[in-house]
Amino acid sequence: MTAVRNEIEAETDRAGDDPGPLPGAGAPHLPQQPDLVQLLTPEGERLEHPEYPLEVSDAELRGFYRDMVLVRRWDAEATALQRQGELGIWASLLGQEAAQLGAGRALQDGDMAFPTYREHGVAWARGVDPLHVMSLFRGVDNGGWHPRERGFALYTIVIGAQCLHATGYAMGVQRDGAESAVLAFLGDGATSQGEVNEAMVFAASFAAPVVFFCQNNQYAISVPLERQSKVPLYRRAAGFGFPGVRVDGNDVLAVLAVTRAALRAAREGQGPTFIEAFTYRMGAHTTSDDPTRYRLAHEVEEWKLRDPIARLKAYLSRSGLADAAFFDGVEAEADELAGRIRRGTVEMPDPPPTAMFDGVHAEMTPPLAAQRAAFEAYQASFEGGAA
Amino acid sequence: MTAELLEASPTRTLTIGKALNEGLRRAMEDDPTVVLMGEDIGRLGGVFRITDGLQKDFGEARVVDTPLAEAGIVGTAVGLAMRGYRPVVEIQFDGFVFPAYNQIVTQVAKLHARSRGTVPMPIVIRIPFGGGIGAVEHHSESPEAYFAHTPGLKVVAVSNPVDAYWGIQQAIACPDPVVFLEPKRRYWDKAPVDTAADPEPLFRARVVRGGDDVTVLAYGPMVKTALQAAEAAAEEGRSLEARRPAHPLAAGPRPGDRLGAPYRPLRRRARGAGDPRSRRGDRRPRDRGLLPLPGGPGAARRRLRRALPAVQARGGLPPRPRPGPGRHRPRDGVLR
Ligand SMILES: Cc1ncc(C[n+]2csc(CCOP(=O)(O)OP(=O)(O)O)c2C)c(N)n1
Ligand SMILES: [Mg+2]
Repeated sequence: MTAVRNEIEAETDRAGDDPGPLPGAGAPHLPQQPDLVQLLTPEGERLEHPEYPLEVSDAELRGFYRDMVLVRRWDAEATALQRQGELGIWASLLGQEAAQLGAGRALQDGDMAFPTYREHGVAWARGVDPLHVMSLFRGVDNGGWHPRERGFALYTIVIGAQCLHATGYAMGVQRDGAESAVLAFLGDGATSQGEVNEAMVFAASFAAPVVFFCQNNQYAISVPLERQSKVPLYRRAAGFGFPGVRVDGNDVLAVLAVTRAALRAAREGQGPTFIEAFTYRMGAHTTSDDPTRYRLAHEVEEWKLRDPIARLKAYLSRSGLADAAFFDGVEAEADELAGRIRRGTVEMPDPPPTAMFDGVHAEMTPPLAAQRAAFEAYQASFEGGAA
Repeated sequence: MTAELLEASPTRTLTIGKALNEGLRRAMEDDPTVVLMGEDIGRLGGVFRITDGLQKDFGEARVVDTPLAEAGIVGTAVGLAMRGYRPVVEIQFDGFVFPAYNQIVTQVAKLHARSRGTVPMPIVIRIPFGGGIGAVEHHSESPEAYFAHTPGLKVVAVSNPVDAYWGIQQAIACPDPVVFLEPKRRYWDKAPVDTAADPEPLFRARVVRGGDDVTVLAYGPMVKTALQAAEAAAEEGRSLEARRPAHPLAAGPRPGDRLGAPYRPLRRRARGAGDPRSRRGDRRPRDRGLLPLPGGPGAARRRLRRALPAVQARGGLPPRPRPGPGRHRPRDGVLR
């Protein structure tokens, strides 16, 4: 990581003379930037990178394939459930599986991740039951997993707010003298938020053990990256005084290597890193969105050629690490998971109306207790008693 | 020797500012997870010196001079709270809390509920508030209503050194987020504080002066003003009750709310024409509430002027129209 830091510093110096690409140069049809860390090409060829030697077992490689297929299947099932009226909305991760699983699997026990609303792959890596995530999008809960126990904070929908929580949490880790690190997730659009910038100021100032993991999926709903930034996002880090690195976000191995290195540096007291995972949102922003209004089909077609699952499958097959039986087995497992998610979602009970009073305070105030009692009495006044 | 002295006499005369300082110190001694954060609170001791000397004694990890960014201060406090700390953040002035408004309202207030109680949010947000110090704009505001109308927050104001000393400790010990309003114009008011006493509960209304004719509700810096008004009224034979409501607006008071305290109805008396305190010919018992004082609003203004030299200096209160017929009555079943 020190070498990376030096490289980033050199890069930053270069950036001083070079005003950076012109507006539009960061557009998604030009993904092959020279400064993109890649360990697995879209064709499934394994590359070495001098700064990021990766040790990964065959079982781990197969595990990544399985993870990504299962999460994609979950995502497809959720989209279908929304269309059938079983979810209020769904934010698809299609295309971003490698970025999320690579980052999620780089975390260790005791580390903490702070997601946005799209990090289903990270939730999976942290062992969160998909049904908890479904409960949020069905509108019956706000998650329901235990953030500290899972090492995974609740989804945050207010863009960027979680970056400050991650930084504060990391400041707590520092005070505890713990050997843990924190991973803050954010989108490309979120980099414009004041709170994200404040988080980076605080993180730098206190050398907090936090890594900012930005999935640049090229859009914030309809707005393309060049409206957010005139420089590649990873270069912003230099202005805050810590390294930024751009990784091929569709390459699960590169994401794993880069995130591991950044988390290790954080754990060792070297402070924050900004990772830009260069990827693409293959689906709509959410099930409420119509991307045909703001992007061309050929762009999506180009990105299909860089699919994160296809390239790992090619690599596994070509190098004889997995056979047809393995791939079939994963498919069967995916179908089973989808069935479990479907049944669990459809059967999810609505919370009772009085649930809105639960946990408003740790110690409920007398006026709120009175409101609750009045509301309960009102509910009970209907035929058949309380709902 | 100091310790012996302290033990011998736990009662000392403190200003509100010093009482807050001592309360913070004691909370930090009692609980190593208490961390103070804010702008200029370390070396300088805060622009009002409320944290004076604390960084020297507790170190930079526990009394943190933060970068100048309020959302950053409150947002990182959220993360610290998730990690098991009890952050106490200082907003330098009331008018500068708004950059943190998003974090306070969408995150601090909600996280306990959103997480089904698994994410604790014991954050105290200290805000010097109110006017009366001759400051420029943004330094004399009363933002409490914004927070009081947000479920999940507890909003309190202290009015005297005793409440300040205990209140800040109670707010820090509270498992819920507390917006803690400090009456900046009263920071220098003094009173004896018994640091060995049993404190009054923080979140409870209190009658600070008994009275029969009118109840005056006040919190923070206006408690003193209300007491001064009661004094002025007493000279004229009127009896005012001054009451400090429990976190005044936290639950959104509605008509009929008793502001969190067991309500002691004021004595209702039928007053005859001979009663010096009755209005001419009025034989009905007076209801509590908006009771016009004899002499009309002009007289009330004159009385208030005595209690409010600062107001008087600015030319007094603007004239207020007398309530017209039906003005306070429900129309179409809707309270207006
Ligand atoms: C503070 C705030 N403003 C606006 C929104 C509405 N909104 C939800 S997602 C989104 C775009 C976010 O884009 P990006 O950060 O790139 O993340 P992505 O959705 O692409 O993963 C917007 C504007 C919001 N949730 N929060
Ligand atoms: Mg985006």
